[in-house]
Formats: sequence, C-alpha cells, structure tokens
Amino acid sequence: MTGPAVETKLACRNLWKVFGDGADRAFSRSRGETEQKVATLRGGGLIPAVSDVSFDVAEGECLVIMGLSGSGKSTLVRCLSRLVEPTAGEVIFEGRDLMKLSGAELTEVRRHKMGMVFQSFGLLPHLTVLENVAFPLRIQGKGDADRRRRAAEMIGLVGLSGREDAFPHQLSGGQQQRVGIARSLAVGPDLWFLDEPFSALDPLIRKQMQDEFLRLQHTLKKTIVFITHDFLEALKIADRVVIMRDGRVVQIGRPADLVLSPADEYVARFVADVPLLRVITAGDIEEPVPVSLSTNGSVSRDAPLESLLAKLAEVDALPIVESGKVVGQVTTHGLMKAVAAASARADRGWSLERA
Amino acid sequence: MAWAAVALFILWCETGGRSVPQMHLFPAAWTLPIHQWIGEAFAAFTGPSQWLFRGATAALQAPLSALQAMLGALPWAVLATGAILLAYRASGWRLAMFAAAASAYVLVGGYWSPTMNTLAAVALATPLAVLSGFGLGVLGYRRRWARDVILGLLEMMQTIPTFAYLIPILVLFGFGPVVGIVASAIYALGPMAQNTMLGLAQVPPSIREAGLMCGCTDRQMFWRVEFPSARRQLLVGVNQTVMAVFAMVIIAAVIGGSDDIGFRVLQTMRQAQFGQGLLSGLVIALLAILIDRITAGFAAKAGKGARASRAWFMLAAAALLGLYLAAQVAPALDRFPSEWAFSPAETLNGWLLAFVARFGDAMTAFKNAVIFFLMLPLRIGLIKAVSPFTWGFALTPVMIAGFWAVVGIMAGAALLIGGRWRLSCAILCAGWLLFFGTTGVAWIGFAAVILLLSYQLGGARLLAFATAAIAFIALSGSWADTMQSLYLCALAVVICILGGGALGVWAAENDRVSAFLRPILDALQTMPQFVLLIPALMLFQVGEFTALIAIVIYAIVPPIRYVEHGVRGASPEIVEAARQMGCSRLQILRHVKLPMARPSIMLGVNQTILSALSMLAIAALVGTQGLAQAIYVALSRADAGKGLVAGLSIACVAMLSDRMLKAVSRRA
Repeated sequence: MTGPAVETKLACRNLWKVFGDGADRAFSRSRGETEQKVATLRGGGLIPAVSDVSFDVAEGECLVIMGLSGSGKSTLVRCLSRLVEPTAGEVIFEGRDLMKLSGAELTEVRRHKMGMVFQSFGLLPHLTVLENVAFPLRIQGKGDADRRRRAAEMIGLVGLSGREDAFPHQLSGGQQQRVGIARSLAVGPDLWFLDEPFSALDPLIRKQMQDEFLRLQHTLKKTIVFITHDFLEALKIADRVVIMRDGRVVQIGRPADLVLSPADEYVARFVADVPLLRVITAGDIEEPVPVSLSTNGSVSRDAPLESLLAKLAEVDALPIVESGKVVGQVTTHGLMKAVAAASARADRGWSLERA
Repeated sequence: MAWAAVALFILWCETGGRSVPQMHLFPAAWTLPIHQWIGEAFAAFTGPSQWLFRGATAALQAPLSALQAMLGALPWAVLATGAILLAYRASGWRLAMFAAAASAYVLVGGYWSPTMNTLAAVALATPLAVLSGFGLGVLGYRRRWARDVILGLLEMMQTIPTFAYLIPILVLFGFGPVVGIVASAIYALGPMAQNTMLGLAQVPPSIREAGLMCGCTDRQMFWRVEFPSARRQLLVGVNQTVMAVFAMVIIAAVIGGSDDIGFRVLQTMRQAQFGQGLLSGLVIALLAILIDRITAGFAAKAGKGARASRAWFMLAAAALLGLYLAAQVAPALDRFPSEWAFSPAETLNGWLLAFVARFGDAMTAFKNAVIFFLMLPLRIGLIKAVSPFTWGFALTPVMIAGFWAVVGIMAGAALLIGGRWRLSCAILCAGWLLFFGTTGVAWIGFAAVILLLSYQLGGARLLAFATAAIAFIALSGSWADTMQSLYLCALAVVICILGGGALGVWAAENDRVSAFLRPILDALQTMPQFVLLIPALMLFQVGEFTALIAIVIYAIVPPIRYVEHGVRGASPEIVEAARQMGCSRLQILRHVKLPMARPSIMLGVNQTILSALSMLAIAALVGTQGLAQAIYVALSRADAGKGLVAGLSIACVAMLSDRMLKAVSRRA
C-alpha cells in the first residue's frame, strides 16, 4: 500500500475450513505443512474448502477475493463473519478474535458492525422494499419512526426512492440488489461483505451497478471484502486482489501487480484478457530520471498508461510528479517493454487455456 | 436365468405341486394371530387410559356444540355474505359469484343446517390438525432423527385406508361426532407436517444468511425470517389439510351419525333415494370446491405479498354487522323461509327411474359382459370362469392347450424374434394369472415372482422390504383377501392407465380437450372420495362392478394429469429438431415426446396405484370382497385388531408397489 500507514480493520490468520463428517478431529490429527495437510484431509474423503488462508484488510480498503467457482471464496467470506464456522485459525476484527466470541457477542457484532450483500439478494419475500431495508433495525429493536427514516435514507442512497412500498417480486434483478445493498448499509456497518453481488445481473446492468458501487464507496469509504469471479470487475473496484484456487491463496496484490508479475500460470490465465494499458499505471513502469526534467506535461504515478499514449506519441519521456517534485519518468521505450512482456505472458496464458 | 428358474418352479407348483396344498393356498396353520395380539395390546392400552380419551371426547364435545350452536344461531344472510366476501378476498369476483351460487343452492335445497354442522366440525378439526402438523413439521425440520421417524409414520398413515384407523379411534374415543373430529385431525396433520418441512427446507440459504448477518436471535430467525419466507408453502399445507379434514369429516359420518351433510348422503344411499343422494352429494362437492379455492387463493396470494387495506376489512365488518342487525328485525334474513325452499329430488328420482327403465337392459348387459369376460377370469381364472352359463360353452382340454399354445408362441416370439426376455416373462406371467386367476394362482409362485422382481429392481434392500411385506400379509392370514383386493385394484389401475393415458396424450396434443378436461379433473380431485360412489351406485347397484367404476372414476385423474404434463413438457427444442428431421406427428409422439415424458408417466402410474388403493377402502361401502370389506366389517364390530391388520396389509401393498415403481424410475 502506498500513502500513510493505515490501521488493519480485519485480518485472518491461518484460516481453515474443512467440510465432511468428523472434519474437526481429522484436522486436529493432520500434521505437516499446508500441502501435506490438504493431501491427508482429501485422502480421508474430506473437503478442505479454505486451506491456511491469511491476509489483512486495511481500514477503508476494498479487498477483492476472486477465483473460479469452487475455489472456496464464498466459504472464505462466510468464515470471516462466522456464518460458516471455521475449522481452525483466527479472524481478527478491530483487534478482537471473532472466533473467541460467544454467540450473543457475535450477534452484537453482526448487528452493528457488519453488512453483507448476497448474490441471490436474500430479500424477504413478504416484506416491502422499505420493510426489507428496515429489517436489520427492527431486529435490533429500533423504534418505528427511526427505522422508517433511516430506511428511506438508504433507499434514497441507492436510487430507489418511490419504490418503497413495492414487494421484491415486483422489482427487476438490479433493483432487488439495490435493496440488498441498502439493507446491508442500514445499520451503518464498519465492514461490508459483498458476495458476488452483481454476478446474477445482465452485463449492462452489472456495469451500471459497478459504477454506482464505486460512487457509493467514494462517499462512504467502508472497509470492503468483495467476492467475484470476474477479473474485469475486480480491476475496476479493487485496491488489492486475493486470487484463490482450490481453497488456497495463490497471490495477493494490486491489480497491476497481478498483471505485471503473476505468481503462476493460473493467475496469468486470469489476467490474460485484461486491457493492459488501463491496468498498468505510470508508477509501474517508472524509471529514474537521468537529468533533471522540466515538469512540463507531468503525470501522476497512478495515471493509467492509456491516458499517456497521446503525449508519448509526441515526446520520448514524461516526468512523474509527486507533491510538486519530479520523482521519475515514463518513457516510450519502457512502456513498449512492459506491454510486450505482459502480452507475451497473456499469450502463454491463453495457449494454456486452449491446451 | 433366475426368471427361468422361477418359471420352472411355477410350472411345477401348478402341475405336480398341486398335490401339495401348502404350495397353493397359504396354509391356515402357518398364520399367526397377529390381529389378536394387536387387539389385546390395544385393549391393554385402552383399559387404563380410557378415562383420558373419554375425557378428551367430553372436552371436545363442548366447543363442537358451542360452535354448532353459534353457526346455527347466526342469521343465514350474515354467514352467506361472509362466505362471499371471503371468496372475493381470496381470488376475486368469480369465486365470489361461485360462493353466492353455492350458498343459494344450499339454502334453497334445505341443506343449511346439516351444512353448518359439518362446517363446525371442519372448523374445529382444522386448527387441531394445522397446529399439530406444524409442530411435527418444525420438529422434523430441526432434528434429523425426528424427520426420518415422522416421514415413515406419515407414509404409513397415508397408505393405511381411512376406515382402518377410524377403528382404534372409535374404540378410544367412543361413538359420536367427536370421533370424526379426532380422526380428521389425525388424518389431516400429514400434509401440514410435510408442507411445513418442505417449506422450511426451501427457504433460500441467502435469506437465512441475511437474517444471521442482521443479527437475528434463534427466535427472531424462526418467526421473522424462516416462517414468513415459508408462508406460501405453509398455506399450501393448510389448503391440503382443510381438504383432508373435510373429506374425513364426511367419511366419519359412517360412524358419527350426527345431523351433518355426510350423514344425509349416507342415509339416502342406504335408502336408495338417489335423487336426494345426488342433491346432497352436490352440496359436498360445492363445499369442497369452495373451501379449496378459497384456501388455495390465499396461498397463491401469499407469494405475491399483496395486502388488504384496513378500510376493506372495516367495510366488510360493517356490512356483516349491518346484516346481523337487519336480521333481528327481518326474520326472513335470519331463518331462511321454508316457502322459498325447493327440492327437485322427486323429479330427479322420476327421471332416474325413467332412465334406468329405458337403458337398464343395455347397462346390465354391459355390466355382465365386463363381469363375465374381464373380472371373473382375472379373479378366479379362465379355468373356472369359462362355463356354459357365463361364456356359453365349457372349457375343453383342446381349448386349454390352445390357450397355452398362444401364450407360448407370443412369449417365444418376444424372446426369439424381438430378443426381449422381459416382455416374454411378462407375457408368461399374464397368461398364468389369466388362466388361474389372481385368487387361484399358487401363492408361493406369486410371492416368488414379486420377490425376484423387487430384487432385480431395487437390490437387497427392496428384497428385504418385499419379504417383510409378504410375510406380514401371509402370516396375518390376509393373503386370500389381499389377492382378492389386488385383482380389483390391478384391473382398475390398468383401465385407468390405458384410458387415462390416452386421454392425457389427447389433451396434451389438443388444447381444446385439455381446457375441457381441466375443470372436470379439478372437481374430481377436490371431491371427497365418498361422493364419487353416488353416481356409480345409482347406475349399477351394489356390487364389485360398481366398486370398480368408482375406483376408476377416482384413480383416472392422475394418469391424465401426469401424462399430459409429461408430454407437454417435452423440450420444444428437441421437438423442433425432430420436426426438422421430418418426423410425422405420430413419430414425434412415439419417439420424442413419450420417451421424454417417461419420468412424469411413471409418477402418474405410481399415483394411480395409490389412488386406487385408497379408493378401494371407500368402495367397500358399495360392495367389494377382500381387505377393504374386512376393514368395513371390523369397523362395524369395533374390532381394532382385525381392522388394523387388514389396513396394514393394504398399506404393505401400497408401499411395496410405490417402492418398486420408484426403483423402476431410478433405473431409467
């Protein structure tokens, strides 16, 4: 992460979830490194859905967990809120280990600090839009007027004003998910889980919802764990991405890191059809400045290469400026090299996929 | 191989083995007095606890009387308007019109008071059934072990004929209308329990997780999330439960005998007053349809989440109150004036008599033909059925040889030319059954066929179940009765599947036929089984043929429904592909639609058998032999042991056929 040091909001340490009969006993008996444990558990007919996962989420960060279906990402996000009881490991939220909380304490945390959006919306069919959004408040025992005011506010936030009295079945998929989002935000959570929130929507609606999500996040600045299987979606919204495969973390990094230096071919395949020029930023191909450069035509570190093309067609190098000082440069040569290397990796990824 | 061995074994049984009578008839000496054991165990239980049950009877009698008094005291105008408003609320003005027409019919026909008595019983039994069924369902949903136990019990309860468990209830609770209520409540809790389990299990995981993430406690989770999300399925359960209660309240008239509408029908049937029977039967039919549509209407609405405005309720309440006050000054609104009543019963009787006089000969001829050429051979076999009196000639050895030659050639052709050994075996079996009759074949041979079939269909587990079922039937001394019942049911099932299947295909291919059949099927399905006896009895008098007709009327619904559903459900893309390849309409039906409809058709066959078996018990009222009659006789003697043994035998047959057919579907 760049910028000033920020507090860690949520962290998980060596988190495991093993499904199957007698999973707990089998797990406590298994020995050795992660590899070995996974092999032992699989051999015993068990399914290690999340294996030895550790990562941190910083305050205000949007962490995207991605992987193909069956890679354990949905189980992982449920372990973070203990909707699914982890087999082993720690989940540290605001300095407290969630695993050590009693049922009542956990309920309190969920009521006030967490919100979650589901792929299939999870709206209560017998309640109106307003009542659905107010539902978490009602569960907390908030007064009627309070509830209505807060719910109406949330509905306004997601752009559904006027549909307060509709029932979920009268809404389109995109509208239903807006209700889901409004509901998850109603209690003003510190931590926001989104489990493939836009995967069930049509591509155009999906794009629109992603844009709105970015707009919301821009104002709300929540700490977010976002699940998706769509790398382009991850690129668009992620500060950092966790790539999972078969229950294990393959790589954690900024989107550009994944594109520029994928940990293995699995990641390479994921990033194969990424629009490189939009993901790679000036900072990624920064070169030291040989002689002092004027600040004319300067760019910032996080400017995507795409925005530099026109300028680089005119001059060979552009200065990178951070807080008024030239710190490096972008050259046509460097850009060519980086793009060429990334597309070569992408090609390998593609050919692997076809094979 | 195994089949060849069984065939040889049967051959030996029916020829050389005939000298060993144990092979042929299940020997009485081998039977165990199971019915006595049950009877004694039951008596041992009843003796000390009788005060409890009699106390419960007394406790239920009070609210029943109060409810009946209340419904009797309320002005008809208020109740009828209430029904119409309810119908409107449930599904709109068309049902409201129907409710108005039904109320008018009941009033004008002079059936108001027995109808109210029946409704009072339904109104008392329904909450009992709904609440206990709901409780069981929740328990079954929460605890895995409980679910297995409950599902097993429910399956038994659904396959044991209604009359059979009227008997222990009768013994426990004594005679009278309360027995009907208890029996109805127990009988009807099954669908509620099942729908509760289903509904709760169907709540989408995301809704449950959303509830958890909102921080619901266990209680909030159940009452605010799971229960309302399952509401639609729960109301479907209420609908089925009310219908079951209603049907059972009607049937309970057989033992109850208060002045309710079921008793009226039974009385007219016993006195052969068919005009009156038909008219009062129509009351039951109208009530059944009305209750069904109202509850189903509310269930359908629950999914949509629409809500009535408070104003509407206030207005409705005000209207009812106004009518009540008006009735206090205008007696015509309070008691329906007798001079407005009109009963066409006598006219109807006249028409019926004329009809019977005109077509009686033709109908008797038809009936005799079916009995002599179809029912008798199947029951006692060609060997006994063919006589100069029935067929006009006696069976000669040459004819017997000819019969077996034809069977042999057909079976051989199937095996050698078609290479279909299963078909060949089926032909041999059919020939064997037809020759000796279901009641005449060697029991051990029949048992061997069933056991081998179950083993091949469902492996060791099904074999074990079949062995247990056959052992129970044989050892309890019900074998002969069972075969007797089996023949009637099998015949009805075959007729239903052929006739119903054809109708189903026709309806699937022709929208007009489908639209024509749908209301008839709906009506047949909502009607209490009891009512269906009336027309059959009217036309063909007491006897097995009448029972057959009644069973067919009831059990023909599932094959039509399922076949139509299956054939219509064939994937349009595949049908299009077949058409593109140049298939004719018949070819599409034969090669595409019917094979694709197979799972649905198998379900239909299964439902047909279960329906036929359940109707069999009711049909005992119009004269059958076998298990159903045994139950009916036990009922009149309040013999819990005999009744339960016969009932369990029917349940064994039903559960075995159900498992065998499901095994067939699984293999496909």
